[in-house]
Amino acid sequence: MTAGSLPRRVVVVGASAAGLAVAEELRGRGFDGALTLIGDEPGLPYDRPPLSKQLLSGQWEPDRLLLRPHERWDALGVDHRPGTAAVGVDTGARTVRLADGDACAYDALVIATGARAVHPPSLGRGLSGVQVLRDLRDALELRAALARGGRLIVVGAGFVGAEAAAVARGLDVPVTLVDPLPLPMVGALGDEVAALLADRHREHGVDLRCGTGVREVLAEDGRATGVVLDDGSRIEAATVLIAVGARPAVDWLDGSGVPLGSREHDGVEGVLCDARGHAGDSVWSAGDVAAWWDGSRHLRSEHRLSATEQGRAVGAALLGQEPPPAGLPYFWSDQYDLRLQSYGVTGRAPAFEVVEGSLAEGRFVGVYGPPDGEGRPRRVDGVIGNGMARALRTWRQAVLDRAPLPVKDLTNSPR
Amino acid sequence: MRIDIDEEKCCGAGQCVLAAPDVFDQRDEDGIVVLLDAAPPAEQFAAVREAAQLCPAAAIVVAED
Repeated sequence: MTAGSLPRRVVVVGASAAGLAVAEELRGRGFDGALTLIGDEPGLPYDRPPLSKQLLSGQWEPDRLLLRPHERWDALGVDHRPGTAAVGVDTGARTVRLADGDACAYDALVIATGARAVHPPSLGRGLSGVQVLRDLRDALELRAALARGGRLIVVGAGFVGAEAAAVARGLDVPVTLVDPLPLPMVGALGDEVAALLADRHREHGVDLRCGTGVREVLAEDGRATGVVLDDGSRIEAATVLIAVGARPAVDWLDGSGVPLGSREHDGVEGVLCDARGHAGDSVWSAGDVAAWWDGSRHLRSEHRLSATEQGRAVGAALLGQEPPPAGLPYFWSDQYDLRLQSYGVTGRAPAFEVVEGSLAEGRFVGVYGPPDGEGRPRRVDGVIGNGMARALRTWRQAVLDRAPLPVKDLTNSPR
Repeated sequence: MRIDIDEEKCCGAGQCVLAAPDVFDQRDEDGIVVLLDAAPPAEQFAAVREAAQLCPAAAIVVAED
């Protein structure tokens, strides 16, 4: 859109959480122009976090995943193009090219195409019995494979891999969980909480192989039969789940002039945006695909709440309005009896300390922050909790305040 | 306005309590949403809409009259 004028035609490519948030925010703020939502998957927008939880376990069927019920969706007044991939953008002519040959003109374009699961060719790509878990089709395929029985090997103990392993154990499927790092989800949780999670996986019968990678996927007649680990051990399996991360879905933007990050130059892949999601030339971006400027570098978040928050912010900015204040980074993960919740900056680099409850009882709040002279956090940069929702909300406020530790007046902080 | 919540969908993020503390609470042991007022007064409408939009589990459905 040109400076000073508001868009009348907004095209959003990507019909998941971020794209939906853009559409809702625009309509909620009174935008009555044309709103087109292009998505390469069939059906109404659905939610992804339950794919590795309730959908995989069989507790839910796909209709339960809809992000909004039909009537809320209809009320948005969106020209929805499901099952239609965008294949290119002409930023000069301001059109999006679609796989069906159609073209879609825009005054403002929002790129919300998310990320795709990485499946390296060396890890059995193309073999049957080996798969990733990113969309509904993947989840249903994995669910059917688990129902057929036989061992599941999960390669990668991040969010998707660890959650899928927990679900499979709940279905009494034998599971081996492999990761080159020393503990599951250690990059997000840090050593202490990741050790608790590792114990839970072992207690539930997972064959946990941390500190080793997978050298190759074994196959017979085009079908996976197991893996060989870096330490040489062979494990037989009926199904191999590759859960080694995701990369932003930007292939369709090659040569478009939309600024794309590279690991070498920018430290991050994805659509390079300013602090409000603007990538220049009437192009905006939100969600997993977007790398927003945080004041010192471009950062990409793959967490669910961030997709909604960025989508809302872009919706406001498209109308020249002040976006809602940015929230804290947030993630959750449900595995066995654990319902982990976290706000702020966590991980292995900061120091960690339990401030309420205890890891041993499984009810706790712990904080992350830069270490003091004794290796304890001296400030609250992040927090994680399980089974203590109210206390966690109180400590969330300490994260917002970047409160020094020990916190003196926590009980008087707003809950 | 009528609010419906789906406890099974709720992931315990607590975003609803932050957005509309007079309408939503959380169970302490698992963080699951507790609906305090299924038909809130008009001054809560904006906060409730925000809660429904922010909910990362899409567990809040708002029906507007």
